[in-house]
Amino acid sequence: MTYTFGLDTFGDRNSDAGGKPLSHAQTIRNVAEEGVFAEQVGVDFFGIGEHHTDYFPMPAGDVVLAAIAARTEKIHLGSAVAVLSSDDPVRVFQRYSTLNAVSGGRAEVILGRGSSIESFPLFGYDLADYEELFEEKATLFAELLKGGPVTWEGKTRAPLLNQDVVPHTESGPFPAWIGVGGNPQSVIRAARLGFSLALAIIGGPPDRFAPYSQLFQRALEKFGRPPLPVLVHSPGHIAATDEQARAEFWPRWRDIITLVAAERGFAIPTEDSFDRETGPRGALYVGSPDTVARKIATNLRTLGATRFDLKYGMPGLTHDQLMTNIELYGHEVIPRVRELL
Amino acid sequence: MRELSKLAVLGAGHVGPVIARLAIKAGYPVAIATSGDPEDIALITELIIPGAQPRWAADAMADADIVVLAIPLSRFLDVDPMLLNGKLVVDAMNYWPSDGVLGAFEDDGSSEIVARRLTGSTVVKALNHIGYQELEDRARPAGAPDRRAAGVAGDDPAATAAIAGLADRIGYDPVRLESLRAGRVLQPGGPVFGAVLTRPEFEQAVREDARSFT
Repeated sequence: MTYTFGLDTFGDRNSDAGGKPLSHAQTIRNVAEEGVFAEQVGVDFFGIGEHHTDYFPMPAGDVVLAAIAARTEKIHLGSAVAVLSSDDPVRVFQRYSTLNAVSGGRAEVILGRGSSIESFPLFGYDLADYEELFEEKATLFAELLKGGPVTWEGKTRAPLLNQDVVPHTESGPFPAWIGVGGNPQSVIRAARLGFSLALAIIGGPPDRFAPYSQLFQRALEKFGRPPLPVLVHSPGHIAATDEQARAEFWPRWRDIITLVAAERGFAIPTEDSFDRETGPRGALYVGSPDTVARKIATNLRTLGATRFDLKYGMPGLTHDQLMTNIELYGHEVIPRVRELL
Repeated sequence: MRELSKLAVLGAGHVGPVIARLAIKAGYPVAIATSGDPEDIALITELIIPGAQPRWAADAMADADIVVLAIPLSRFLDVDPMLLNGKLVVDAMNYWPSDGVLGAFEDDGSSEIVARRLTGSTVVKALNHIGYQELEDRARPAGAPDRRAAGVAGDDPAATAAIAGLADRIGYDPVRLESLRAGRVLQPGGPVFGAVLTRPEFEQAVREDARSFT
């Protein structure tokens, strides 16, 4: 079995060593540095998630990915996620197909329905429609990926009649995943449309997702499709010791989850809930390289997944702390997980 | 002992399958339904909710004693109230203003508004305040030292008692609240929402909340 390992960021706004927030622009330049460094330490994939807030100032991750592409050779680059529901599938395809061109075939795309919701009012969509928006747009995206002229009609954008959409890819479709947060009907949709499955596990015990992998493979069979890979995306932070990683991450995680709790239905974090989430039954990968590697290996096995993407960083951490995290992930965690598997 | 009530769970998204699994484990006969064809959720039922019966919503509700609403509140207005006449309805839904503002849910407690629409049903608010990610992991048998509390609120004491019994059997210490209005403490932003507390902690948090006195 071949396993691959990625890093994801939401453009979490950095602070300086004194705790003062850096500018959006500096944070974005730091993300580009982090992506280049990720390749140097042996990470296979670098993903940027679309967000539109002061603490995640990252609405155009594909532009940053293009900057990283210009300075790297091997690492795959993609969205994690692109909020397809509030975007135009044709434009998303064109941006990532262009990224695929400039990077020499290294683009991927992970599509999301909208767990992060600030793009809906920004672009004039009603969140109440998010299911219909995503269903239609994911269906169209699957057509666009095939590469030929597209004929499509729906309610959420103008129809296409035998439309050639450029740029064409050189060697078939680039890898495309649908991000799923625990809704089994979304797993079925990914299989029905022929996308690979990205399990976003950001709270609670990871093993509750194990049946989803099985559901995905069974659904692929039912729809007459070949097996497709499953990846796991989860947040975490790696430092030299468990104590240091927890001390750096906890106040940042507490603050950000408290901020989004009201709008997204999360519980307000407590030290008790943090202990649960960072323990073996939780969704956070926070600790020393050894602690994090063991947890990744266990959960990849349990979940029948072949790729792990660590969502590193949190608003308020420093660029240096993130670079250390990336270095430890590439040089220590990934080799250790491969060994354990 | 008489047979356990028949449950219909409406919704096969994040929440419905979790409640259905807990109920099956506790011995309840469970049907699950969405707005669509049961064939569409056959595979989900087989692998994610083994033991449940996928059915058309109208059939599942007609045969059930207790109907659990585990759908987005924005879809609740699509449910025909007639199909729920005479049923004990558990409202496990939550109102999130960000889900598109639903004028009807802006002012009062969301379950009070649900009850006003379901004039032929008895509505109890329950199972809405513990996150679906944790609901199974935190369930414990009666008497376990780390058992957590689940709030159960309703205007009808017998119905509230029945759902308290359901909460107990699936693994939580029920804490009864004497009205749907009092159940506003279970809503998002309330003192126990998402907190997963023991019974004494839960009772104290509710007591200390200003909403308890309104």
